[in-house]
Amino acid sequence: MAEMTIKKRPKNLDLTTIRLPLPGKVSILHRVSGVGLFLFLPVLLWLFSASLTSAETFAVFKAVFSSLPAKVVLAGLLWAFVHHFCAGIRFLLLDLHVGIEKEAARKSAAVVFAVSIPLTLILWGVLL
Amino acid sequence: MINRIVVGAHYGLKDWIAQRATAVIMAVYSVLVAVVLLIVRPGTFEAWQGVFAHGVIKFMTFLFFVSLFYHAWIGVRDIWMDYVKPTGIRLTLHVLTITALVGYTAWAAAILWRL
Repeated sequence: MAEMTIKKRPKNLDLTTIRLPLPGKVSILHRVSGVGLFLFLPVLLWLFSASLTSAETFAVFKAVFSSLPAKVVLAGLLWAFVHHFCAGIRFLLLDLHVGIEKEAARKSAAVVFAVSIPLTLILWGVLL
Repeated sequence: MINRIVVGAHYGLKDWIAQRATAVIMAVYSVLVAVVLLIVRPGTFEAWQGVFAHGVIKFMTFLFFVSLFYHAWIGVRDIWMDYVKPTGIRLTLHVLTITALVGYTAWAAAILWRL
């Protein structure tokens, strides 16, 4: 009988008790950073437009760029970009079947964080 | 009545490839522009505008924006497909996302071709 063969498999969908492995963290942060960048596209386009339109709007752009609230938001977006970039390169390599074994995949996930966090800080120091 | 699935993951390989191709274009552009800005170091408005007014940079920047918006469409569409199940709401969100991204494309073109 079909019913007899169905096993009750353990299931845990409680987000507060799930402990994601490092590749899982890279993956969900790839999605989170992508959403953040998408939502701020109009703001970023507006800033880009202001920076290029005229000397006056460039001054507005500079003033906004150097204000504290903007710096906090831009720091977040900078991290989002860098993480999305680094995790994206890892995903492209996985697509090419580079490092798809469990150990290698965990190592490359750690490399993503080891690169993206310092790189964010460096770019933050240079740009903001 | 024929039951047709209006939304769902039946777009196949094309978007999967497009997502990766656009990713590569954006990654290459980001590195190239970072290098250009490091060399030119545009501190004034004229210098900054001059970088993007350059024909090659302008063309590549527009290509970057188009790649970005196509890439964002596939990514955001995947998110709607993962979390929004009612067809009507999902389809509405798809249309809103496309509308925004097509608008951004025109906006990006307007910014660049004023230069």
